[in-house]
Amino acid sequence: MPQNEFIERHRKLYGRKLDYEERKRKREAREPHKRAERARTLRGLKAKIFNKERRNEKIQMKKKIKAHEEKQVKQKHENVKEGALPVYLLDRDVQSNAKVLSNMIKQKRKEKAGKWDVPIPKVRAQGDSEVFKVIKSGKSKRKAWKRMVTKICYVGEGFTRKPPKFERFIRPMGLRFNKAHVTHPELKATFYLPIIGVKKNPSSQMFTSLGVITKGTIIECNVSELGMVTQAGKVVWGKYAQVTNNPENDGCINAVLLV
Amino acid sequence: MEIEENERRVLARFKSDTGEEVGNLVDLPITVTTEQLTSLCNSLLNQEDEPTPFAFFVEEKEIVKTLEGVLDTSNELNAENVVDIVYQRQSIFRVQAVTRCTSSMPGHAEAVISVKFSPDGEKLASGSGDTTVRFWDVVTQTPHHTCKGHKNWVLCIAWSPDSTRLVSGCKNGAILQWDPNTGQQKGQLMKGHTQWITALAWKPYHSDPSSRYFASSSKDGDIRIWDAFLCKCIRILTGHTKSVTALQWGGAGLMYSASQDTTIRVWRADDGVLCRTLKGHAHWVNTLTLNVDYVLKRGSSFDPNVSVDPSNPETVHKAAKDRYDLVVSGSGERLVSGSDDFTLYLWNPEKDSKPIARMTGHQQLVNDVRFSPDTRTLASASFDKSIRLWDGRNGRFITTLRGHVQAVYMISWSADSRLLVSGSADSTLKVWSMKTKKLMHDLPGHQDEVFAVDWSSDGSKVASGGKDKVLKMWQH
Repeated sequence: MPQNEFIERHRKLYGRKLDYEERKRKREAREPHKRAERARTLRGLKAKIFNKERRNEKIQMKKKIKAHEEKQVKQKHENVKEGALPVYLLDRDVQSNAKVLSNMIKQKRKEKAGKWDVPIPKVRAQGDSEVFKVIKSGKSKRKAWKRMVTKICYVGEGFTRKPPKFERFIRPMGLRFNKAHVTHPELKATFYLPIIGVKKNPSSQMFTSLGVITKGTIIECNVSELGMVTQAGKVVWGKYAQVTNNPENDGCINAVLLV
Repeated sequence: MEIEENERRVLARFKSDTGEEVGNLVDLPITVTTEQLTSLCNSLLNQEDEPTPFAFFVEEKEIVKTLEGVLDTSNELNAENVVDIVYQRQSIFRVQAVTRCTSSMPGHAEAVISVKFSPDGEKLASGSGDTTVRFWDVVTQTPHHTCKGHKNWVLCIAWSPDSTRLVSGCKNGAILQWDPNTGQQKGQLMKGHTQWITALAWKPYHSDPSSRYFASSSKDGDIRIWDAFLCKCIRILTGHTKSVTALQWGGAGLMYSASQDTTIRVWRADDGVLCRTLKGHAHWVNTLTLNVDYVLKRGSSFDPNVSVDPSNPETVHKAAKDRYDLVVSGSGERLVSGSDDFTLYLWNPEKDSKPIARMTGHQQLVNDVRFSPDTRTLASASFDKSIRLWDGRNGRFITTLRGHVQAVYMISWSADSRLLVSGSADSTLKVWSMKTKKLMHDLPGHQDEVFAVDWSSDGSKVASGGKDKVLKMWQH
C-alpha cells in the first residue's frame, strides 16, 4: 500500500514522461480497432455482456448529442408563443382552452336531418330479446306481457311509475343513471355532467323513448359548467354526446361530446 | 276642495350639485315637468341664450317626469317645508348609442390585446399578440400601417396627448415609439425593464404641451419615466415589491401606481419622491382611475361645444389648463382603485393617505374601473359578470348592471356620460344607458372573448378587439 501520494507528487515536481501525450493519443486512436476486434472474437455469454454494455453506451451518446443540438437551436431564435393575453390576464391562471364556438344553427340543421357525424358511426344493433327480459305474471304465471329492461336507463326527473299491475316496462332502480363522464375532444378533458335526456338510441325508436343507454346512444348533457358560449353571447346549456362504452358492462357511462 | 287637489303647490329652491343655492324660493305646482324645470333653471342662471340640459334630483331621487313622482305624497305636504331641487348640468351634445357593426377588420394574426383611439378621435391603433402595432383609417375603416419592431406580444399602447405619436410596450419589456402618419418607428428602442410592460401613461398635456415625457410600469416592480425625444430613461421609481399593475399620471404633478403588493403609491413626477403610500386593499390592486381621466385623455383636443383655435398652441394650452382646473375645482383629484379583494376604494391622494370610502358589493375581483367624463359616476367591471355603478363623489352604491354571462373585462364611457359600453369574455359588447340604468343594446359579433374596447372621444364609434383576431368597429 502506498503510504503517500508519491506518484502525484513526482508528477508535480518533474512532470510526465516526455512522450506521454503522444502515447496517449495513439492509444486512444487504437481503441476502436481493439474494440472491434473484441466484438468480432468474443463468443457466448461474454459477447452478450459486451454487446449489452456497448448498446447502452451508444444510447447515452446519442442522447447527449441530441441535447447539445437542442441547446444550440434554442440560442438561435426564441419563438413567440401563441395565445396572446392582455396584461390583466397575464398573472392569472387562465386555462388556454380553445373555446369551442358552438354553432347553434349547424346543430339545429343536423337535428332536423336526424343524422350526426358521430365518433362511432356503426353500432351493433341491440335486439329486443337482449334488452328486455320477459317477466311472467298472473296468478299462475301464465301471462308474459311484462318486460324488464336489462340495460342502463336514463329516467327523467319527473317520472312516476305506473301502478305495478299495469306497468309494461320495468326499469330497475339499480340500472338508472343520471350522470355521465363526458370527454371534450378538443380540450382533452373529461367532466362528470348531468344527463338531460336520451336523444337517440340507434337500435330502435322504442329504446329512445324508454331512455335505454347502450353503446352509440346519443345523449344530451348539461354543459353549463363548462362555460361555453354561443356567438350571441348566451350560455350553451345542453349539448349532445355519444356513448362510447358498454355501460351495462362497466357500471358507468363514458361519452364523447359532439362539437 | 277639488281645485285645491289639482293645484297643490310646494316651495322649492334650486341647488347645484356642489351645494350652491340659486335664486330665491319658487312656488311650483307639483305637476311641473322636467322640461319646465330646465327652462326655469336656465333663466335663473341667466343663460337663456345658451340653454343647457339638466337632470334634477330631490333627496337623491331623480325626477323622471314630474316633481310629483319623487315627492312623498302620502304625507301631508307641508307648505312650510322647502323642497331642495338639486340640478346637475348635463353635457350639451349627445352621443348616439352604437347599434351595429360597421366593419370587421381582419389583419392581426393573433389576439388583439389593446385598442385605442387617438385623443382627437381621428386615428385608431391596435396592439396584438402577433408582435405588430397596426394603425387603421377611422373614416374608411381600412388598415393604414403595419408596424413591425417588437419581438413579443404588444401588451399596451398609449397615444401622446397631442395625437402625434404612439408608444407601445411588449412582453419582452421593450418600448417603441411610432409615427401614426407614416407608420415608421420614431427614435430608438427603449429598453430597461427586465419584464413585461404593464401600463404606459403620458404626462398630461396642460403641463407638457410638447408631449415629451411618458412613464411605463412593468412586472418587475419598477416605474420608469422616459424622455420621448431622446428615447432615454430619465428616472426610475422603485419601491413596489411586486408587479405594478396600473399607472396614472395625474394633472397636479403626481403619479399614481398600483401594484400586486396591495399598495398604491403616490409619486412626485418631477423628482421621483415617494409622497404617500395608500394602504387598504387586502389583495392585488388591479386598476386605477382618476376623476380627471377624461380631460387628460382628451389632451389637445376639445369637446365640440368648446371653441379653441387649434393653430395657436398657447390658447390650446391655456384652454386645456382651464378645462383641467374646472374639473378639479370641485373636489380635487380623486382616485379610485379596484382590487382582487372584490372591493374598491375612493381616495383623495393629494392630501390624505386614508380612503374616503370603501365600496363593497362585487362577488369577484374587480378588473376595470372608470370615472364618467362628468366625474359624477363610477363604473366598475368585475369577473362576477356584473358592472356596478357608484356615486363618483362619495362612493355610494347606485345600481348593478347585469346581462353578461361571463367575466366583464373592460368598460368605456361615451363622452357625454350618458352611455357605457362593456366588453366581456362571453364574446359580446353591451351598451348600457345611464338614464334607465338598463341594457340598451346587445352587440354580438365577436367569435371569442373581447379583450379591449374603446369609445372614440367624438362619440361616433366604438372599436373592439379580442381573441378572435378581428378588430370590429361599431356605429349608430
